[in-house]
Amino acid sequence: MLDKLKIPERHYMNDGHSLRSWLLTKDHKRIAIMYLMSISVMFFIGGLFAVGIRFELATPQGDFVTADTYNKFFTMHGVIMVFFFLIPSIPAVLGNFLIPPMIGAKDLAFPRINLLSLYIYWLGGFFTLYAMIVGGVDTGWTFYTPYSAASSNTSVVPTALGIFIAGFSSILTGLNFIVTIHRMRAPGMTWFRLPLFVWAHYATSLVQVLGTPVIAITIVMLGVERALGFGIFDPARGGDPVLFQHLFWFYSHPAVYIMILPALGVTSELVSTFSRKIIFGYSFVAFSSLAIAIFGFIVWAHHMFVAGISTYAAMVFSFLSFSVAIPSAVKVFNWTATLYKGATSWDTPMLYAYGFIGLFAIGGLTGLFLATLGLDVHMHDTYFVVAHFHYIMVGGAIMGYLGGLHFWWPKMTGRMYSEFFSKVSAIMVFVGFNITFFPQFVVGYLGMPRRYHSYPDEMQVLNVMSSAGATVLGLGYVLPVIYFLYSLRFGRVAGPNPWGASGLEWQMQSPPLTENFVEVPVVTSEPYEYEHLVAKEKHLV
Amino acid sequence: MQIFGIPIFPDQASTFAKDVDALYFFIFAVSAFFALVVAVSILYFGVRYHKTHEGDIGARIEGSLPLELVWSVIPTVIAMVMFGWGASVFYHLRRPPDQAMQIYAVGKQWMWKFQHLEGQREINQLHVPAGRPVKITISSEDVLHSLYFPAFRTKMDAIPGRYTELWFEATTPGTYHMFCTEYCGTNHAGMIGSVTVLEPSAFQAWLQGGSQEGSLAQRGARLFESLACNSCHLDTGRGHGPSLKDIVGKTETLEDGSTVVVDDAYLRESILSSQAKIVRGFKPLMPTFQGLISEENLVALIEHVKSMSPNATTAAPAASPASADPAAGKPEKK
Repeated sequence: MLDKLKIPERHYMNDGHSLRSWLLTKDHKRIAIMYLMSISVMFFIGGLFAVGIRFELATPQGDFVTADTYNKFFTMHGVIMVFFFLIPSIPAVLGNFLIPPMIGAKDLAFPRINLLSLYIYWLGGFFTLYAMIVGGVDTGWTFYTPYSAASSNTSVVPTALGIFIAGFSSILTGLNFIVTIHRMRAPGMTWFRLPLFVWAHYATSLVQVLGTPVIAITIVMLGVERALGFGIFDPARGGDPVLFQHLFWFYSHPAVYIMILPALGVTSELVSTFSRKIIFGYSFVAFSSLAIAIFGFIVWAHHMFVAGISTYAAMVFSFLSFSVAIPSAVKVFNWTATLYKGATSWDTPMLYAYGFIGLFAIGGLTGLFLATLGLDVHMHDTYFVVAHFHYIMVGGAIMGYLGGLHFWWPKMTGRMYSEFFSKVSAIMVFVGFNITFFPQFVVGYLGMPRRYHSYPDEMQVLNVMSSAGATVLGLGYVLPVIYFLYSLRFGRVAGPNPWGASGLEWQMQSPPLTENFVEVPVVTSEPYEYEHLVAKEKHLV
Repeated sequence: MQIFGIPIFPDQASTFAKDVDALYFFIFAVSAFFALVVAVSILYFGVRYHKTHEGDIGARIEGSLPLELVWSVIPTVIAMVMFGWGASVFYHLRRPPDQAMQIYAVGKQWMWKFQHLEGQREINQLHVPAGRPVKITISSEDVLHSLYFPAFRTKMDAIPGRYTELWFEATTPGTYHMFCTEYCGTNHAGMIGSVTVLEPSAFQAWLQGGSQEGSLAQRGARLFESLACNSCHLDTGRGHGPSLKDIVGKTETLEDGSTVVVDDAYLRESILSSQAKIVRGFKPLMPTFQGLISEENLVALIEHVKSMSPNATTAAPAASPASADPAAGKPEKK
């Protein structure tokens, strides 16, 4: 039967071959593919800086590059990875591609705005890359004042302008998703029949729409401070440098949830699909996404426990920070319970999901250390923090993204990638990641500060472990590029539903038609109903 | 603690270290427990419930309210224990004892400068006695910095335009790392040094080991004259400015009827932005010294003003009186 599978004659990818047909497309799927290519380029640029960082830190002396160059490396690594890879990653690629079919729609509510968001992203990326080419920026991705406003003599304004512009892309994507999820659901697709991927994106979109304007305002303030000398953050003129940190983290803490919530949504899909079982506690998983999004807005000052905020303010923010831990823990427990009495498998996407749950759990648990006031004083701005947020952003968000990409790749392209190499890559990423970042918890508790070009000799062994692990991790990331590209031409034809998954998107052909569905689907079953699916398959046979 | 000669745990050299580490091990144990429960369950279920045929489906289990409550409530309770314990350690870390020995630190790109009340000045090195609380009042000459002593488990940001403080009581003589942990530009990683903990007697000997400039307050007194502060701030109270005698800890009434307690922060503001809070009955005649005086000299001036209030006992934020500090020697009364 497998031999008979053919790529359908008509699909979104061959609906026009000219460059113009891509650049002026209104198809959410084509826009998603262009996002995929753009953020992949950004990921490898950001990754190159990481290579430079780990190369420098292989020895305690600052001997590979100068201190100024090193400072630019970690700054541009952070800026590119956070603003131009992680924030758009899952929403702009997988969300864009999948939200309309998942809810039974032909496109997003505002297809032109969707295309506009891509152009805005490109424009933002252009400014930031321009800043990099003319010399780079060395403030750290956090742009703390007064260093960024008065002391740094690097390209702060063009970089910040790029982030400012890219923010609008993020706002428009979020807005588009919210309206789409409210207005475009197919008949019978009630709120509680939505896939958890869609719930997670709904929560993410709220954060994007409500949080991103704050970073835009903050960047404008930084720009006028730097270019025109307004004195907002200058204590000599009655300003306050710490005000910047409040404003910055008011966005940038919720931004962590922009990165991780979609990955949580992907994991829910994977866990259900690859245990062929309804998700355990659907409404708890759905509402925990909203809870995380809401609590995420009221914890920002936990980045500032040693920045001179009052003892009691610190206590309030510590207390609130623990509140985010609970819905995150609830998700992990529900995924675990979903596996119980499932019909599980070790397919590549599921390997990523298993890896995600483990790394996200460690990332979340180490967040407890940092939310604890008495401990954070010691750990703040050490490598413990670096390790913690990489467990969330790389171990969490990127594992989720790769898991999702491996899951939906056959839907997006109609073809299967190499099972063997994809498993090798999943294992390399997991192992390499842990070798890279676990030693950083240890070296962090020892006291090694972040953003250090050189460090005390006795910390070398742990740093060499990190650098060695990063090599494995890096190769693990290069591998998918090769087998994904190879699969485009030589991959086995996947057919509409290679995983036997239950979502509406798997009822489309692979690759889908430009209009997704020939007829608007009518939803009659609950989400993740495999009984229904099996009955239907039998009926077809 | 070391494994194969590689340090994997920092020295414990202050009274905080054991408290902080106990908290660390508690959270570590809780985390390890939950991480293991999740990891083992996942792997076990993944193997135990692996599908045997294509087309197998899992059992239909929609959820369980009791279970959801159990795994929401238990983590909440544990989290509250962590919060409460962490907050109490933090509260202790943030409250320097009244009799703490005062040291001033100034961060600038890219060095730490320390001033002892007795007049000793150090760069990127700090000497402190064992067995005695030490309070460091921190300021910055330029951008943000952060003063960090891993072996003492404490750090505090240096913020331009204001004073922050940290305190510790060192327990074990030795030399330990001192880092800047807030990124401050090119040579951030070079803004490191060491803190040397000495036995009290050795510390006394070190203190007497030679400063030609006299005590910090004496240096401040010379500045007080050279900047002509003394031409208005007369001890008699009949000058253009208020008398500074016995002023520290006092509550002053301002022009608009509001009040302010005289502490380090107010003294600092009154020197740098002298028009900001004028004491009732005086005219805004004093020039501002913003940009005209270094952080180090500012500290000396403030220390001089404090020495004019030998009886002040209130420990307003960052304003513990030098006179309450017997081993620091009684600052000279002007």
